[in-house]
Amino acid sequence: MRIIIPIKQVPETSNVKMDPVTGTMVREGVESIINPLDLYSIEVGVRLKEQYGGEVIVVSMGPPKAQDALKEAIAMGCDDAVLLTDRLFAGADTFSTSYTLSRALEKLRPFDLVICGERATDGDTAQVGPGLAALLGLPVSTFTSKVEIEDGHIRATRLIEGGYEVLELPTPALITVVKEISDPRLPTLGGKQRAKKLDIRKRSAQDIEADAANLGLKGSPTRVVKTFTPKVARDGRIIEVKDDKTLSQAVDAIIDILKEKAAI
Amino acid sequence: MKEIWIYSEVREGRVNEVTYELLTRALDLKGKLADSIISAVLMGYKVPEDDKREIIKRGADKVYYVDDPLLKDFLTEPYSKVLIELIKRYKPEMIIAPATTQGRTLMPYTAVRLKTGLTADCTGLAIDEEGSLLQTRPAIGGNIMATIRTSARPQMSTVRPHSARPAVPDESRTGEIINVDIALTEQDVPTKKLGYIKDETQGAGIQDADIVVSGGRGIGKADDFKLVSKLAGLLGGTVGASRDVVDRGWMTYPHQVGLSGKTVNPKVYIALGISGSIQHLAGMQTSRTIISVNKDPDAQIFKVSDLSIVGDLHEVVPALIERLEAAKDEI
Repeated sequence: MRIIIPIKQVPETSNVKMDPVTGTMVREGVESIINPLDLYSIEVGVRLKEQYGGEVIVVSMGPPKAQDALKEAIAMGCDDAVLLTDRLFAGADTFSTSYTLSRALEKLRPFDLVICGERATDGDTAQVGPGLAALLGLPVSTFTSKVEIEDGHIRATRLIEGGYEVLELPTPALITVVKEISDPRLPTLGGKQRAKKLDIRKRSAQDIEADAANLGLKGSPTRVVKTFTPKVARDGRIIEVKDDKTLSQAVDAIIDILKEKAAI
Repeated sequence: MKEIWIYSEVREGRVNEVTYELLTRALDLKGKLADSIISAVLMGYKVPEDDKREIIKRGADKVYYVDDPLLKDFLTEPYSKVLIELIKRYKPEMIIAPATTQGRTLMPYTAVRLKTGLTADCTGLAIDEEGSLLQTRPAIGGNIMATIRTSARPQMSTVRPHSARPAVPDESRTGEIINVDIALTEQDVPTKKLGYIKDETQGAGIQDADIVVSGGRGIGKADDFKLVSKLAGLLGGTVGASRDVVDRGWMTYPHQVGLSGKTVNPKVYIALGISGSIQHLAGMQTSRTIISVNKDPDAQIFKVSDLSIVGDLHEVVPALIERLEAAKDEI
């Protein structure tokens, strides 16, 4: 099996700090990491390779330092990596990103399966996976929680509202995966050494024969016109439970809210 | 005439309630966009007439209905083909769909093929002075809100479920149901649906629930998670969990709320023993009302709570359960 895994390098957002004055993210001292939800797609890809043989190629679009994310994927067991890097790619929205990745993946055909993380934790759109599938003309399974190969078909279990749906897809196909699908391994020492030695292939807009009209900010149909910090703080009521009386007050207050807001 | 489209989501053959939330949004936009009407796009196989009428009663001027056995189940590829065909024929100004697993798959698959923009999981929609759609959504784990405009047409958005109330039916409203023929063949359906397994523990599905009762590390041990489930059961709500709890195996992943889990937006969110990491807040801070119980008076979760109970959940929750059970017995 030849498996392609598109990944993204993102700022470490679990401890993100916002500048209260400008309302923008404080970038200083913020580490860049592999999108945490891409670790699951990498793990699934490497496991399928271990089971069925073949190779796993990891692809990322980003600035030159995004090669750190690709190296980490190599250290986890991916075989090869391609970095799409070009000033023309900067500022891409989900259309432009899907387009750029699709051009790169066209050059990597034939492949059997493309595996994407559910979404990136910075943009949080979950749009690039299905967008990429559409541009490559591939059938898609999103929010996949289990994947099996049967008689050359992909059997994908999707986590949807209220349960799981099972789909059968012909190959080549694209799946996006949720966290439930795997337990990502840590990079091995041997993997790290291989990653260190590997010269990551870099590809420009010209290399992938991309139409400049679809690239970067210029090729993006959407524009951010304003950003602001959401008002999350609520001036709520506080009840400290110290004795039976305050316990009873707390229970009353909860029940009042449930009656008023959720009609129980 | 500018058409504002909504995507009517069908689940198991019936129009889903989330469709009516989109009508609330559409009615608001129609009021702000001169010379506009609301049209609903509906695909399926033998969708009941009553469901189509209901969409009109709740605000649509037109329903474009495409009926085909190949559209019986939601599958991205044929649904997208039909949607693209409809868009080419009727040229809507904008299309809004729910940010459900259907909407979040169908819309990006469709938008890129039309070379237009799509904004994910919006919590606010407005019209600017030039008549363009302003789409506001949370980004970076809910730490910032971004307002986005699309230069191409149609403008497309998915809207977070439960971020608007469903539009109410008005029996006097009239509208037109237009049956549209779009030829589909087996080749348009490369993917087969083999089955659906209902997850009984999910109840109505955590993203559709009116009440979510979530437990965090403060629950203490796996066995005590029963308290959370019991309270959720009594309230007709759904169980949620922090990442910690899922990583420890006290609850399964479909229940995880937060950055690497689900984003929920219930009427009431009850956080039990949850400290309120950024990662968790990202998944629940837009809930309409938040109640939290935590021993630590400095817990972050209290900053986003409407009611903060500083105390031991092992005291508060049993007392609450007892009161709810007593009230139930009276009825």
